Amino acid sequence: MAKLSFKDYATDQEVRWCPGCGDYSILKAVQRALAAQGAKPENTVFVSGIGCSSRLPYHVNTYGFHTIHGRAPAIATGVKLANPELDVWVITGDGDGLSIGANHLLHALRRNVNLNILLFNNEIYGLTKGQYSPTSRIGTTSPSSPQGSIDSPLQPCLFAIGAGATFIARAVDIDQQGLPPLLTEARDHKGTAFVEILQNCIVYNKDVFDEVVGRKMAAETQIRCTHGAPLSYGKANDKGLMLNKQSLSIKSVELGVDGIGEEDLLVHDETNPILAQMLATMSPPMPVAMGVILRQEKPAFEESYWARKPLARRAKVKELLRRGNLLDRRAK
Amino acid sequence: MSQTSTDKTSHIVRFAGDSGDGIQLQGQQFTIASALAGHDLSTMPDFPAEIRAPHGTRYGVSAFQIQFGGERITTPGDSPDVLIAFNPAALAVNISHLVPGALILVDEHTFTKQHLKRADLASNPLEDGTLNDFEVVRIDISRHTLESVKAFGLGSKNSLRCKNFWALGLVLWMFEQPRSATLRWIETKFASNEAVKFANLAALNAGHAYGETAELAHVLSQHPIPQAPLDSVEYRTVTGAEALALGLVAAGELADTELMFCSYPITPASSILHQLVGLEEAGVATFQAEDEIAAVCAAIGASYAGKLGITSSSGPGIALKTEAIGLAVATELPLVVINSQRAGPSTGMPTKTEQSDLYQAIYGRNADSPVPVVAARSPSDCFDTAIEAVRIALRHMTPVILLTDGYIANASELWAIPDFDSYEPIDNHKPDGRLRSDELPASIFERDATTQARVWATPGDPRFLHRIGGIEKDIVTGNISYEADNHQAMTDMRLAKVASVAQFIPEQIIDQGLPGGLAVVAWGSTYGTIYQAVKDSLRGGLNVAHIHLTHLNPFARNLGQLLSQFDIVLVPELNTGQLATLLRDRLLVDVVQLNKVSGQPLRVGELKAKITELAPRQLNKVTGN
Repeated sequence: MAKLSFKDYATDQEVRWCPGCGDYSILKAVQRALAAQGAKPENTVFVSGIGCSSRLPYHVNTYGFHTIHGRAPAIATGVKLANPELDVWVITGDGDGLSIGANHLLHALRRNVNLNILLFNNEIYGLTKGQYSPTSRIGTTSPSSPQGSIDSPLQPCLFAIGAGATFIARAVDIDQQGLPPLLTEARDHKGTAFVEILQNCIVYNKDVFDEVVGRKMAAETQIRCTHGAPLSYGKANDKGLMLNKQSLSIKSVELGVDGIGEEDLLVHDETNPILAQMLATMSPPMPVAMGVILRQEKPAFEESYWARKPLARRAKVKELLRRGNLLDRRAK
Repeated sequence: MSQTSTDKTSHIVRFAGDSGDGIQLQGQQFTIASALAGHDLSTMPDFPAEIRAPHGTRYGVSAFQIQFGGERITTPGDSPDVLIAFNPAALAVNISHLVPGALILVDEHTFTKQHLKRADLASNPLEDGTLNDFEVVRIDISRHTLESVKAFGLGSKNSLRCKNFWALGLVLWMFEQPRSATLRWIETKFASNEAVKFANLAALNAGHAYGETAELAHVLSQHPIPQAPLDSVEYRTVTGAEALALGLVAAGELADTELMFCSYPITPASSILHQLVGLEEAGVATFQAEDEIAAVCAAIGASYAGKLGITSSSGPGIALKTEAIGLAVATELPLVVINSQRAGPSTGMPTKTEQSDLYQAIYGRNADSPVPVVAARSPSDCFDTAIEAVRIALRHMTPVILLTDGYIANASELWAIPDFDSYEPIDNHKPDGRLRSDELPASIFERDATTQARVWATPGDPRFLHRIGGIEKDIVTGNISYEADNHQAMTDMRLAKVASVAQFIPEQIIDQGLPGGLAVVAWGSTYGTIYQAVKDSLRGGLNVAHIHLTHLNPFARNLGQLLSQFDIVLVPELNTGQLATLLRDRLLVDVVQLNKVSGQPLRVGELKAKITELAPRQLNKVTGN
């Protein structure tokens, strides 16, 4: 069989995102990941809510369901329960997944339904023309907050930890090297995989992640989490994370300064939710954590669900109708 | 009192006590005994929304009413002729409903100063003349119960819990009804707790023995009523919730489709979920979602993936599901939405019945998004109505709303078990096994010309990869389309789809009576009351007929022509006139309204008075069946 390419997972439908939108590169990463997995299109379903990100299913040549605002995790739960053989992806955004649909996201995560949830976080409402979102930073000026927003922003990965997620990862939209394999890791996880993708909205929130994702400083502003490896970063790999035991917090250190060596750095343990919480909350001037922040083993919801329910119809209606106390008036 | 009348063919008995007294269980067991004795019957549980309301209060009274008899019984009856009252509050709130001369059996142990005060009674009704028009029997049920279970060492609180079975034993003796089913029930239910099991058995038997031995037989013993003229089939009792659950499962078997029932708890709809959990072996999976919206969405997801999604709620929950129902309309997915209506608006009165969600079912969505609507008329009718809802959903690939209510869900009646072999299979519109590869549609949105149904293509099938959604789609390809002509065509198609249901459903029949005079036209749980009122009125020589609608959207295709044959149309409803509006709107017939929104069912007497006011005399007497 010929090697699959991302083009094998493209549809004939014209993509209508704004030129330069981060969604283009995420779409390509998704298609690349599917190609790398050799995903069977008929067994793959993309379910989305409403918003710019949620248009993605129209452009992936698999089954797809563009649903209603915020409800994709609930619909995807129904799909997965009805047919656990399917690979079910949920495409959502910060407004769709964390505002109108936060409740469903929370419950999908706590149940650990085997879904792959990709949350495109651009910290703004795009499709409704630029209002502030639940992840917008305080002071965001927008058509609905001309004096600057006053709501505290939600941190998606922290939300996922609170909801009991068993797989939490973070990535950048334009990372065509890192994102496809990360998506495959998400797919291979048993249970809900939650991936926050920092996505650039070129029209309403341009370059909001610039200080994190700018290509030139990425090595200094991001830290890649690799299970079992020391948490180090920097162009020269000369920085790292240490635990401040007095304050139970993480500090950034320079290797070779004050006698600090690699052996003093924290080693990433993706099974540790306490560490995950500290990593997930890091923001500039600390490096922003990328990669798999948390991964835990737990039964997937649909497995427990079907383990307790017989798959095939065993009891016949004619028999069920006669259960209980009968008054038999048939001729004897 | 009833025992003096020899032509009595039915009794109406009401059990009433505190919401923790086990009144509902007592009523259910008495119902089964009545059925096994060969009586037709109809019951009405009437309980408060509070789980354990403060002891002895009026608002904490739980009641269960049953009418059973030797002819067709379709209502729990307007006015009980026997009341069993476990405390002063139970007596106080039920006394106004009784027929004069009714037998009142009270637990006199509870008529203390303290209890009277809790029931807001200034004086003791047993002594102040309140009950002069009734036959009152005072028995210290509490003391007799304690004595009968003393040997089992349960302590006085748990011993008193057996009171309902002691009283049930006595009432079964009064009506010469069998104890066997209740004895079996106790043995199974309390199999793991010997002391409780034996105590309840002893209480039941002691109550029964009390009837035989006490010097009260002349008052207590009721005139036996004949068996009902039943057909030569098997019968059982069934509640609306049971029949609805069985009907869904039956529809799944007829359609060769597994079901996924997704819901969120709400009174009075939860009993359907509880019933279906017990039927999972029959091809239905249940899922308790995080909220009403998630419940309907999970059901839609299940339907998309090839299992028929069903969701169930009551009015407030249906309101939350509304947007998602529109998604099912747009995506042409089968879905059954069950509304167990309750009194509203807002939280309203969760345990009280009303028929006020008809507008919501028919009109309650944004945009032109028509949905077929059917309504169950009685507990046993829920079986056929559930099958009908599934049949329409799959025949036309559409969401369908099934209206029932709290009264139907909890009430029970005697049910002639249907001959399931005679039910038509349901075409599930799945492509597998039906289509050869050269017969595959070019698009899954090629629609059947008579039903407007598309193929139910589902993930897992490599032949039908497709993307759907709530955005308007091209009528041919299914791709996103904002074209003006296309939206017009899609809107027309959606209307035609629902309208086409009328070509497949039976013509409307007249349930009783003949054309010409007054037609009583109604829907839902008022059926039993209207049946009885029209039957009595026909016997009384009035020119009246009963027409009861199952299909509310669309109406049966002959309904307009049928109603034109009557001089007057009367529409009794437990709302402010919703079917009346629909009839005027769709058929241009004017109607007279009879509306009641008290949270209580329509009474036969109320309706008969209205029929008498409106109906002409018969020229040639017709007889009710």
